[in-house]
Amino acid sequence: MRYIFVLIAALWAQMAIAQDWEDQRLFGDAQAVQTLRILSNTDTRFFAPIIDSFLAARPDVAVTYLVTGSADLYDVFRADPADFDIVISSAMDLQFKLANDGFALAVEGTDHPTWAQWRHSLFAFSTEPAAIAVNRAAFDRVPLPASRQELIQALRARPEVFRGRIGTYDVRQSGLGYLFATQDARASETYWRLTEVMGALDAQLYCCSGAMIDDLVSGKIAVAYNVLGSYASARTDAAAQIEVILPSDFPTTMMRSAFVSRDTDQPDLGRAFIHHLTDLQSDPVRAATFPLPALDQSGQPAITLDPALMTYLDRLKRRTFLQEWESAIIQ
Amino acid sequence: MTEAVRVSGSLRNRLATTLIGGAAVLAILLFFVVRSYAAQIAQQGQDSILGASVTSILDAASVRDGRIEVDFPYASFSMLGTDSDDRIFYAIYQDDQLLSGYDGLPAVDPNVGGDSSYRTAEFQGTPVRLAAATRMLIGADLRTQLTVSVAQTQDSLSGTLNRISRNVAIFGTGFFLLVVLLAFWATSAAIGPLARLTTSVARRGPQDLRPVVSPVPSEMVPLVTSLNSLMARLDQSLGRSEDFIAEAAHRVRTPLATVRSHAEATLQRVDREENRQAMRAMIRAIDESSRAAGQLLDHAMITFRADHLDRQDLDLVDLVQDLAVRLGPIADMRDVDLQVDAPVAVPITGDAILLQNAIRNIVDNALKYAPRESVIHIDVTTSPSPRVTVRDEGPGFPETEIAGLSDRFARGSNADGIIGSGLGLTIAQDVAAAHGGALTLGNHPKGGACVIFSF
Ligand SMILES: Nc1ncnc2c1ncn2[C@@H]1O[C@H](COP(=O)(O)OP(=O)(O)O)[C@@H](O)[C@H]1O
Repeated sequence: MRYIFVLIAALWAQMAIAQDWEDQRLFGDAQAVQTLRILSNTDTRFFAPIIDSFLAARPDVAVTYLVTGSADLYDVFRADPADFDIVISSAMDLQFKLANDGFALAVEGTDHPTWAQWRHSLFAFSTEPAAIAVNRAAFDRVPLPASRQELIQALRARPEVFRGRIGTYDVRQSGLGYLFATQDARASETYWRLTEVMGALDAQLYCCSGAMIDDLVSGKIAVAYNVLGSYASARTDAAAQIEVILPSDFPTTMMRSAFVSRDTDQPDLGRAFIHHLTDLQSDPVRAATFPLPALDQSGQPAITLDPALMTYLDRLKRRTFLQEWESAIIQ
Repeated sequence: MTEAVRVSGSLRNRLATTLIGGAAVLAILLFFVVRSYAAQIAQQGQDSILGASVTSILDAASVRDGRIEVDFPYASFSMLGTDSDDRIFYAIYQDDQLLSGYDGLPAVDPNVGGDSSYRTAEFQGTPVRLAAATRMLIGADLRTQLTVSVAQTQDSLSGTLNRISRNVAIFGTGFFLLVVLLAFWATSAAIGPLARLTTSVARRGPQDLRPVVSPVPSEMVPLVTSLNSLMARLDQSLGRSEDFIAEAAHRVRTPLATVRSHAEATLQRVDREENRQAMRAMIRAIDESSRAAGQLLDHAMITFRADHLDRQDLDLVDLVQDLAVRLGPIADMRDVDLQVDAPVAVPITGDAILLQNAIRNIVDNALKYAPRESVIHIDVTTSPSPRVTVRDEGPGFPETEIAGLSDRFARGSNADGIIGSGLGLTIAQDVAAAHGGALTLGNHPKGGACVIFSF
C-alpha cells in the first residue's frame, strides 16, 4: 500500500515536470561537476558548435540544451526561473520583457556594443533577417518577387498556383512570428495588404521556421513569408529548390538574445557562457565558421532593444492586433 | 633696551583665514544649491517624459463595441529609453480594475482632468518614479474612468546627478583654490603699506625723528599721524634737553675759567706752603669741573651731530698726524712719546670734527693712564677696515670692567686720582657708531690698554 502511494507520488512529480521539448541534448560528460542548463528556441544544430567550443576548455562542465518554441519558452521560464541558467530566444520582445521584469542577471565586463545589450543583462548575439523563401518550381519562367509589393502582385497574378500553398507564422503561437508581424505592421501598411492576400489564398499557418522550410523544400508550399533567412540558407541540401529573398522595401531584422537567469545557482558559469557567446558572435571571422549568423557590427538594426518592444506584448494591444490579424488571414 | 612686544594673532592670517573660510563656505553652499537645483531639473525632465507617455497611452483609449481598447503607439514606450537602460512598468486600470500591465504598481492619486501627477515609490525592490493620469471614457451605454500609470527606474537620473555632482564639485574646488590664491594676494596687498611703513621706520638712524611723509592708505592715517606727533614731541624734548646741557656746560665753563685764572694769580702771591697746597687742590678741582663740562658739551654736540653727520672725504692719516702734533706738548710734558705708524693715506668719509674729538679722547686716555717715559703707539691701517689703534704701556683696562667702561659716566677702578668724567670712551663710542663703525677695548698681551676705533 505504502509502495503504491510512493509510486503514485513519484509519477505525479514526473508528470508535473514533464515538458514536451522539441529537442533535448546533453553535451559533455553526464558525470560532470557542473551542468549548465540552457533554455533555447534555437535549433540544436545551430547551437551545438558554440556549446562544443565553450566546453572545449571546460572538461568538468556539461550542458543540457533544451529547445522549445519562443512563446512556450517564455511561459516555461517565467514559471520556474530557477530551473534554467541561460535563456536564449529569437523573440526579442519576450526576452526584453523578462529582462525588464528583473529575471536577468547583470553580466559585467563585456565590451558588447550598447545597442546590442540592455542593462548589461540582455545580450544580442546574432543578426538575422526575416525573409521570403520561395520554391523555385513555382516561379518557373516568372521573375522572383524582390519586395513585399511584388510578392502581392505575384500572388494576385496566379492565385491558382498559390492557393493553399503559402506559408507564414501563426502569430498566435509563435513568439518570433508575432514579433515579425508586429514590426512589419509598424513599418508599413503593405503588411496588412499582404496578409489579406495571403488570407484570401488560404495561407498555411506554421509554428516555426523549420516546419515551414521543410514544407517548402518538399513542394507542399510555394512561398514562405517571414521565414528566418538564416534557417532557410542553412538548408544547403535544398539550395537548388528554394530561393531566399530579403525584401528590398524594408528589412525586418531580429537579433537573437541571451541572458543569465537571475535565480541561477551557478552565476559564474552562466556569465562565462555569455562572455564566450558574445565574444564569439562579435568576431565575424570566428563566427563565420559557425552556422549561426554573427552580430552585424555595422550598427543598430531595425528592431532595437528598448522598452518599446513591450508595446505589442500589452494585453490590450495584443488582443487588438490578433483580432485584426485573424480577420485578415482567416477568411 | 626695547621691551618685547606682546603678539596677539596676525592681521595677515586673520584676513586670509576670513577670506578662505568664507570661500570654503561659499563653495560648499554652491555645491549643494547647484546639485539640488540640478536634481530638481533632472527630475522634471524625467517627469515630463513619463507624463507624455501616460498622455499618449490615455489618448489612444477608445470604446469600441462597449469594450475599452487602448491601441497606444510604439512611441509611448520608446520615448522612455535612456542611456542607462532604465526598466519601465505600467498599468492600465478601468475603474480600479487592472486591464493590462503590471499588477501591484503603487498607486498615484491622479487628478481628474488629464494632468499627470507624480511620485517616487518602490516597485520590485527598486525605487521608481511614477506618473499617472485619468480620463473619462464615454461610449454609447458606457461611462467609465480609465487610469494609466507609467513608472521608470531612476538609474539614468542618478547617473546624471552623479555626473553633475562631480562636475560641480570640481568647479567648486577650482573656485575655492582660485579664491585662496586671491586671498593670499589680497592679504599681502593689504598688509603691504604696513610692511613698507615698518621698514621705513626701522631703517631710520637711532636719532632720526623726522615725520613720515610718504603717502599711506587712509586707514593708516591715524596711526601715522599719532606716530608723527609722538616723534615730534620726542624730538622736541630731546632737542630741549641737549640745548639745556650745552647751555649749562657753557655757563659753568666760562665762570670756572675766570675762577681758575684768579686762583692761579692768587697762587703766585701766596707764600705759606699749606695755603699754596689748598690753592693747588682748588685749581685741580676747577680743572676737573671744567673738563667735565667740556666733555658734557662735546657729548651733547656729538649726540646732536650724529643725526646730521657732516660727511666729507677725509684722509685718516692726516687727521691722526694733525692730532699727534697738537697733543705733542702735553705728551712732552709727561715725557711720553707719541709714535704714529701709518701708510701714505687712508681715505674715508666722515665728520672731521667728531672724528677728531673721538680720537683725541682715546689718545687723551692713553696719556692719562700711561706711565712717564713710555711710548704710545698710534697705528692707522686700511684692512680689514679703516681703523685707528691706540696702544699704551700703562696698566691696561681692568679686565672685569671692560664691558661697561664705555657707558656714560662709567669710570674704572684704576681711575682713582686721575682726572676724568667717565665720558671719554662714551664719546668715542658714539662717534664710531654714528659712522657705522665700532669701538673695541682690549689689553695688549705685553701689557697696556689697546683701543681700536674702526669704521
Ligand atoms: N688708556 C687706559 N688705560 C687704562 N684704563 C683706561 C684707559 N682709558 C680708559 N681707561 C679706563 O676707562 C674708564 C673710562 O674712561 P673714560 O670714559 O675716558 O673716563 P675718564 O674720564 O675716567 O678717563 C677710566 O675710568 C679708566 O678706568
